[in-house]
Amino acid sequence: MSEGSPVIVKLDGVERHFGAVRALDGVDFAVGAGECIGLVGHNGAGKSTLMHILAGTGSPDRGTIAVRGAPETDYSVARAQALGIRCVFQELSLCPNLTVAENTHISHASLRGPGWRKRSAALIRAKLDEIFPGHGIEPSDVVGDLAIGQRQMVEVARAFTVTDQPLHLVILDEPTSSLDAHTAGQLLAFVGRARAEGVSTILISHVLGEVLSTANRIVVMRDGRVVASDAASAFNRDRLVATMGGARQHDRDPAAAARTRGATPVKVRARPRGQPGSAELVAHQGEIIGLAGLAGHGQTRLLLYIYGAATRRRPGIEVTDPVALVAGDRQTDGIFPLWSIAENIGIRSLAALRRGLLLSSEREQALAREWQQKIGIRTPDLDNNILSLSGGNQQKVLFARALGSDARIILMDDPMRGVDIGTKLEVYDLVRAEARKGRTFLWYTTEMDELENCDHVYVFRNGRIVADLGHDELSEEKVIQSSFEESAA
Amino acid sequence: MMVLRALLARPWIWSFIGALLVWLAAISFTGGYGAGGMITAALSLAVFMVIVGIGQMFVITLGPGNVDLSLPANIGLASAVAMKVMGGSDAMILVGLVAALTSGMAVGMANYLLIRALRIPPIIATLSSSFIVHSIDIAYGRGLQIKPPPAFADFTNIQFLGIPILAICGVVFAFLAGIALQRMIYGRSVLAIGQNMRAAWLAGIPVERIRFLTYTLSGALGGINGALLAGYFRGASVDIGNEYLLSSIAVVVIGGTSVAGGKANVPGIWGAALFLVLLLTMLNTFGVSAGIRLLLTGLIIVGVITAAGGQKALR
Repeated sequence: MSEGSPVIVKLDGVERHFGAVRALDGVDFAVGAGECIGLVGHNGAGKSTLMHILAGTGSPDRGTIAVRGAPETDYSVARAQALGIRCVFQELSLCPNLTVAENTHISHASLRGPGWRKRSAALIRAKLDEIFPGHGIEPSDVVGDLAIGQRQMVEVARAFTVTDQPLHLVILDEPTSSLDAHTAGQLLAFVGRARAEGVSTILISHVLGEVLSTANRIVVMRDGRVVASDAASAFNRDRLVATMGGARQHDRDPAAAARTRGATPVKVRARPRGQPGSAELVAHQGEIIGLAGLAGHGQTRLLLYIYGAATRRRPGIEVTDPVALVAGDRQTDGIFPLWSIAENIGIRSLAALRRGLLLSSEREQALAREWQQKIGIRTPDLDNNILSLSGGNQQKVLFARALGSDARIILMDDPMRGVDIGTKLEVYDLVRAEARKGRTFLWYTTEMDELENCDHVYVFRNGRIVADLGHDELSEEKVIQSSFEESAA
Repeated sequence: MMVLRALLARPWIWSFIGALLVWLAAISFTGGYGAGGMITAALSLAVFMVIVGIGQMFVITLGPGNVDLSLPANIGLASAVAMKVMGGSDAMILVGLVAALTSGMAVGMANYLLIRALRIPPIIATLSSSFIVHSIDIAYGRGLQIKPPPAFADFTNIQFLGIPILAICGVVFAFLAGIALQRMIYGRSVLAIGQNMRAAWLAGIPVERIRFLTYTLSGALGGINGALLAGYFRGASVDIGNEYLLSSIAVVVIGGTSVAGGKANVPGIWGAALFLVLLLTMLNTFGVSAGIRLLLTGLIIVGVITAAGGQKALR
């Protein structure tokens, strides 16, 4: 911590257990005024649990919390709010049926009396303009109608709005995972400006580059402990990955580049609605096709359209094999919260799990075990509830569901949000291996690293395909360039 | 001890414990007199609640907002259809049952069409179709004086060692429904849709087909129930199904099925139906007035649901 700056929050010896799982195993953690702390670690390292304790939504089994030197015995969300500690959680927490302004009002009870709606709207609009210039969000928009990236922007902006309560520390848990490169950059720049005004932030992210460039201090967690805490300048990417205990980033797969297009039959042919010219998305068997561009520019819509076309004919879409989808927004599109891990994996393969008329629980278990090993789902028991898993492991379950099914075409809707780098590398390998076996992948992603795995990339802008890049022509500059300006398709 | 603990962990056990307590209270009041008869009577009445309760359970499990309010009208119409088609003749029993089943299925399908084609919320769709069906029933079946065929009336009353045959059929049916819920693709699909309809669609479940089947199933069970009630009460009537609006929902909820959807419980429906019937019997033996009886029934249902809800929160 930088010397001389007053400490805002200090945690000492914090422990938290979930049954036999030690989510936090004696963590000491402190935040000084005007600091931006980067918090990194694998999925399940305890980052989110620690932040829940800081935000007052979870309480430690052992250990103490002190705010500005005064120990807090009865710490809660309300107390944290009063002390100026706010949190933007990974699971989006806006009410989808309310407007942006109404959601702002929820966290600012002081905006009461006639005209509260107007004042809430002005408050959130000013903050959105400050953090994300050109955001295109109206305070009167209903949150449920916004794209996930826009919801994230509202959530972040709301956390930084101030009325009667002070603002000292904002916890940002994977804030950029739903944002595209452009808005993520805006947010990180704003975090730097907030620091200058004395507002501290904790930035949790799996994108190591943004942690290294934004934070002034980096704390690394592993297995419920803090294993390193040092100035950001003392770290580089390799040291961070090594400290987290993950696999080292390896270079792109040369085999991917060597493929020739068109040697295998066409599996998917899709034209986005309103697409001018003759551009269309084509996927041959065994190919990994990337859908790139800024977040929310029609990639998900096209994937869902293709998904729907697999069961009912739709104009402009040709799909020749069974399709499965790996959801990115796992809360709304993916998991079944009342079910076990095994049931969540088996749901896409019910027909294959039958013995006679009845579902066989042995077959369900066998399928789940097979994929637990292939994809490394970390759990002592596949009969545990799906919610006992950390976010990244829940995402692995969704992969297991799709890859374990009879689908020959896999659609991926930016599924790596909030997944740690070790898991990502494992899944990339798995996707490439499955593609070599003849499966076809359509992969929407906002991360450049992931596009490197693709044989062919289509860049989207305003719901249309604006560029069509082979693996050899692919570069970050090209993707960004075509995302921002209308070029000939 | 282990067995006991395993039993107590099951959410449906509470409705059976409730039924047992109510029964004990009633027979301790009578000094043991009529203990067996009470159970026989309770079984023969509970089975009707179980049949419609299971249909309602599948509908409610489809998720928030899904409920079939057309059951009473459906039951009334089907009872009239069954009696008219049977026409008091033993030879026509099977045809009459099929006719009642068809009438019920038609109501179920109409419900689904309203929900799907006109995008009306299920609670409104089934309520409005209930008015229409009720009117049809009044036009078609009012003043109907046809008695059920003797063999059919007997069938609804036969007992085997004090246990009505109909109740045994009801237990077998509940068992099959339990299998369909937990071990068949249909049931799994219903449970998935109830938890998250969009995720279910994205996991490859034919959501609309399953919803169609579920509303049709609920209608069909209402139809069968109408025919059986007409046999048991010796004739059809327009308001024969009236009490099944609330009781079909009450047995589902007391039985441990989640009103929020995605979690269902078949054995609990039997326990809850017995509980409700025995509760009325107990209050009758205590000789309380009709007003007090309704008041107590309401309070006890609230109490049971609160207690069951508390159980869930603890886990």
